[in-house]
Amino acid sequence: MSRRTSGGRPWIVGLVLGAGALATAFPFFWMITGSVKPLGEARTDPPTIIPRHVTFASYRNLFENLDFGTYLANTLIVVLIDSAGLLLMAMAGYAFAKMRFRGRGAMFALVLATMMVPVQITMIPTYLFLNSVHLTNTLLGIAFPTLVSAFSIFLFRQFMVTIPDEILEAARLDGAGEARIFVRIVLPMSKPILAVQAVLTFIAGWNSFLWPLVLANDQTKYTLAVGLSLLNQQLSVNPPLQMAGATLMILPILAVFAVLQKHVVRGFSMSGMK
Amino acid sequence: MTQLTTWRRAEGSSPPAHTATPRVRRGKPHLRQRLTPYVFVSPAFACLLAVGILPIALAVLVSLTDLDVSGLADWSGVHFVGLDNYRALFADRDFWAALGNTALFVLMGVPLVVVVSLAAAIALNQSQSRFFRALRTFYFVPAVTGIVAISLIWAYLYNSQFGLLNHALEAVGLPRQKWLTDPVMAKVSVVIVAIWRAIGLNTIILLAAQQDIPGEYYEAAALDGAGRWRQIFSVTVPLLRFALMFVTVTTLINWMQFFDEPYVLTQGGPLGATTSVSLYIFQQGFQFNQFGFASAASLVLFVLIFVITVVQLRLRKASDV
Repeated sequence: MSRRTSGGRPWIVGLVLGAGALATAFPFFWMITGSVKPLGEARTDPPTIIPRHVTFASYRNLFENLDFGTYLANTLIVVLIDSAGLLLMAMAGYAFAKMRFRGRGAMFALVLATMMVPVQITMIPTYLFLNSVHLTNTLLGIAFPTLVSAFSIFLFRQFMVTIPDEILEAARLDGAGEARIFVRIVLPMSKPILAVQAVLTFIAGWNSFLWPLVLANDQTKYTLAVGLSLLNQQLSVNPPLQMAGATLMILPILAVFAVLQKHVVRGFSMSGMK
Repeated sequence: MTQLTTWRRAEGSSPPAHTATPRVRRGKPHLRQRLTPYVFVSPAFACLLAVGILPIALAVLVSLTDLDVSGLADWSGVHFVGLDNYRALFADRDFWAALGNTALFVLMGVPLVVVVSLAAAIALNQSQSRFFRALRTFYFVPAVTGIVAISLIWAYLYNSQFGLLNHALEAVGLPRQKWLTDPVMAKVSVVIVAIWRAIGLNTIILLAAQQDIPGEYYEAAALDGAGRWRQIFSVTVPLLRFALMFVTVTTLINWMQFFDEPYVLTQGGPLGATTSVSLYIFQQGFQFNQFGFASAASLVLFVLIFVITVVQLRLRKASDV
């Protein structure tokens, strides 16, 4: 494109952007180096930029003396439960996209309306509701508020609208039931959107903080995010331990992001089109 | 699919396939067929009702009662108190302080997030070279990382005794700061973290929107003698208007719900200096178990967000005409 070459100095832009990128990346660098420093070195002033001694004691500490093994397992279970929600949302998206039924417009409008409800308002009622059905302090309860999201239903619907009607009609003429059409035709054709949603669900479930904080009453039900927030109270005591905990939370996400960046970026940029 | 066909036809549950169009064929659908859409929609819709719609009604109800933790165990102890919670709320200086803090956070954060994301997105789009593509990843990363971990890292950087930031300030001859323990500085510190985190997502959105701008627009502008800056301000920014509006509105909504950063970094302190309305609601609800009172506060916040969003959309619409 001509504008890329017409005058201007892209290397200056590159330099500024590079500096910004370093500023973004630096806290992660500091996290990882901090997590392998011995306690004394992590608290020296002036700080050492490159760790003089490398130790993984803090990571061992997380799993041996603290319950991070449990938190990790809980987090994974919550993510798994939430991914079951993907199927429910895909089904709803398909019905909104391709079926005619009484109340469709009103129901879809309601789905869109929930996107505007702030979590602060649903926090207490949802807690009361889950409490009344004895789901507080259970992993199922913790996963429930994020099981389905209006935005995901919307994305599924937008994608599935583009599936040609002829294909579905042909299947119907062949006598396939809706369930079979959904499983054999709609889901396979929706792979791109499913991939995007699966990655977003993983990221959201993995990072989810507010609901586990509100709904988990005892340590056996904590997720990584909640367990990690407890470490904050020990700030003046043990920075390497906190950095190890933070690394444990962030590295898997960075790995997922590195491999699936395309899907994540697609998902996030679709949020700009709603 | 063919075996399926014969099987289904033999069963006779679906109408004969030779009739003209599907719509006519469904003139009198079976009950089962009419119910099918609801089978597909209901599971997700019911969940959404339970966590997104019904809670609003429940919040309104609860806000008119004195429900607290003892009321959870024994509902007979819960009383209808009318608008008492709202009266108490508006008489509470802490609530007004939280409102003021939230307003300040919004005023500091939103313009900066929008401007920096826009600048970053435009700059990142100046070249499609491998270097620029690699840079994008750096800008996106904060958008996918969890706030608790991020806050811990920043708390370490901010630490007044052995934090890196104070050391860096000292190295260039500036005084050390009480990043998280001074009431004024703490506000700035939580906002810095929130900005750092919010830029990634908005940059992604604005970058994607730019890629929809046809290259010919730039070529035409270049032919007319427009330089790079002129192209940015006369082509890119005007054409990003819709995406910018989206980014501004969602950023504003998010910042009015500001919660995570102060919760993890300062627990709302020192002396309530970083207590946002969201944090205030959380504290009233889950630390003091004043469910009725906290619900009242959450409804006030909801109305505020709603009104500000509507006003903003109206203003934009008016300025577009």
